[in-house]
Amino acid sequence: MSNYLEAFGRALPQFLDGLLITVELTIGGALLAFLIAIVLGLVARFQNILLRGAARVIIELFRGTSLVVQLFFFFFVLPLPPFYVELEPILVGVLALGLNYGAYAAEVVRGSINSVPAGQWEATTALSMTPMQRMWRVIFPQAWALMIPSLNNLLIQLLKGTAVVYTITIVDLTAVFNKLRVETSVYFAYGIALVVYFVLAYILMLFMNGLEKRAVHKLGRQAVSA
Amino acid sequence: MPTDSFTHTGAIELAEGETPAIRFNHIVKRYGDHTVLDGLDFTVRRGDRVTLIGPSGSGKTTILRLVMTLEESQDGYILIDDKPLTHIEKDGKRVALKDKHRSQMRKRIGMVFQQFNLFPNMTVLENIMEAPVHVLGISKADAKKRAHELLEQVGLPDKADAHPTSLSGGQQQRVAIARALAMDPEILLLDEVTSALDPEVVGEVLGILRKIAETTDVTMLIVTHEMQFARDVSNRVLMFDGGRIVEEGAPADIFDNPQEQRTRDFLSAVA
Amino acid sequence: MIDTSLWNWDHVWSALPEMLTAFVKVTLVVTIVGSAIAIVLGLVIALVRRSAPQPISGVVTFLMNFIRMTPLVVQLLFMYYALTSWSPLMVGIVVFGVHYSTFMAEVYRAGIDSVPRGQWEATTALSMSPGRTWIAVIIPQAVRATVPALGNYVISMFKETPFLVAVSVIDMVGAARAYGGDHFRFTEVFIVAGVLFLLASYPTSLLINRLEKRLAY
Repeated sequence: MSNYLEAFGRALPQFLDGLLITVELTIGGALLAFLIAIVLGLVARFQNILLRGAARVIIELFRGTSLVVQLFFFFFVLPLPPFYVELEPILVGVLALGLNYGAYAAEVVRGSINSVPAGQWEATTALSMTPMQRMWRVIFPQAWALMIPSLNNLLIQLLKGTAVVYTITIVDLTAVFNKLRVETSVYFAYGIALVVYFVLAYILMLFMNGLEKRAVHKLGRQAVSA
Repeated sequence: MPTDSFTHTGAIELAEGETPAIRFNHIVKRYGDHTVLDGLDFTVRRGDRVTLIGPSGSGKTTILRLVMTLEESQDGYILIDDKPLTHIEKDGKRVALKDKHRSQMRKRIGMVFQQFNLFPNMTVLENIMEAPVHVLGISKADAKKRAHELLEQVGLPDKADAHPTSLSGGQQQRVAIARALAMDPEILLLDEVTSALDPEVVGEVLGILRKIAETTDVTMLIVTHEMQFARDVSNRVLMFDGGRIVEEGAPADIFDNPQEQRTRDFLSAVA
Repeated sequence: MIDTSLWNWDHVWSALPEMLTAFVKVTLVVTIVGSAIAIVLGLVIALVRRSAPQPISGVVTFLMNFIRMTPLVVQLLFMYYALTSWSPLMVGIVVFGVHYSTFMAEVYRAGIDSVPRGQWEATTALSMSPGRTWIAVIIPQAVRATVPALGNYVISMFKETPFLVAVSVIDMVGAARAYGGDHFRFTEVFIVAGVLFLLASYPTSLLINRLEKRLAY
């Protein structure tokens, strides 16, 4: 056991690098996903059938094809004609994670906005608010409180999804522990790996719970996941 | 309608050897930090029709739910027909009775809910037959016959194979009454059974309950806002506030000539 | 001679047999058997959490959350190197099954919780036995919310089967990548892979949506 710990100690610099990469992928992917979710989620509710249809197509496209297919496509196919886009592997990772989970999150955004009670919409009409004012000041704040639990789940899925990017040569946490396995044992290396991922997921969960408490407090209600 | 002399503790004078249908002995009920009932004593005679009135949170629904064992009291004893319902005193301590005993006691009590609570995955007939067949062990044929009789009584003879969701609120509540009566309970608890109904159909449900009050001698404990119904059906009205009995008496006395200010305030607010 | 055209249908036709074979022998097998494990094991977990006494219930809940919140990929790698006597496909099926059973357990719990409290109270008011309460009232109503959610997780599992590439099990996407690597032609194979996934998952999720609407009372 002590030589395992020694080996881990020696691998600490790589471990921290790998941890950083995983965190970057998670945060980068999450921010991109959130942005995409808001844009697609809102556009999917437009009256204009072309815009709505386009958003729908993008959402179903990225939900229906698998994360790994998207990852490999961006890694192997984007550099080729007719795209000629060669990205750093880590950007490929962020792009694939952001688009894939963004499409799922778009559905959550759309659904949450629809769940805001009809009476709220009607009140804004009665007060002659513009669509922008209505969305920004009344509807979205309420939808936000509703969507956090589902976004929480997606965020953890995203974190778990980062573990597959080592297959496109990114040296993330999983890659580091693959290497550690060779120097120590399967149980030691992957046992620690699971614990590290669990701690990361737990931190994300605490963060999202905190967000929900704040959002709900602003609305004067009780949090669902308290 | 028997007349009694009342005290404000809800206790009544009983005839020699008469056992009350329901007796609350110093019942304490708390929800977290909030005490709803603080040592309530309360008696209901067999065949009584008792209406509980009062503001929300006064404890009246809690009393019904305690009798139906939907809630558990923290202290005190409830006796049904002088037999303990959930707890017994043993060597000076309050001991919970086993579930087997409670199940036996429960069979004598029926309840109709504000939200009807019919089983949506069964037809009307199946709803009514379920408990008699599986709990009382009555044969399917007998239960079916009785179910049809009850449906006649509540005015829905042709709805036997309908699903609850296809019925109006008033119809659903009438089925719920039939379902409760199918168990032949000694005590019938009615928890604001018309509060969730459209005003037009309240009358049809109350009519059924009046008929039951006239044609049977089941003990009824009623929580309602329908003052006329309370007048027509009850022989005793209790005004609750803050978990205590503020005033009690015959319906005419309480509604026409309330003695306590709280009662007067409440009645003028709801009239 | 490396093919530099934008799109070459020949590659589609020659890659398709391997991809479809892998689809049937690996992707579908893992999805179907893994789902079966997940659905049954998930029910066991849900019942244990609900009915077992405290130390057991708490431990099961913790394990369930631990497996649910940690990457499937790492779990695959772990079991692949630990259970050396098992075939990689077996490892894949079992790991997928156990991983997704944690989600199914949550689905069962939510389904049971979705039955209104008034239903439970009505069964108490009628003195119904616990067995009868479950069989006649609760489960039929819980199924309404449960089945569509289970279906959605089956589709999720289906779309995560490419993670098997981590343990050298060649699923449909693995076959695509292998072909691409051999022929230096990635465009066609990955687009075909995407299309196959879409063709399988999109209609299925539409069906599940319709099922959900039909089950509602």
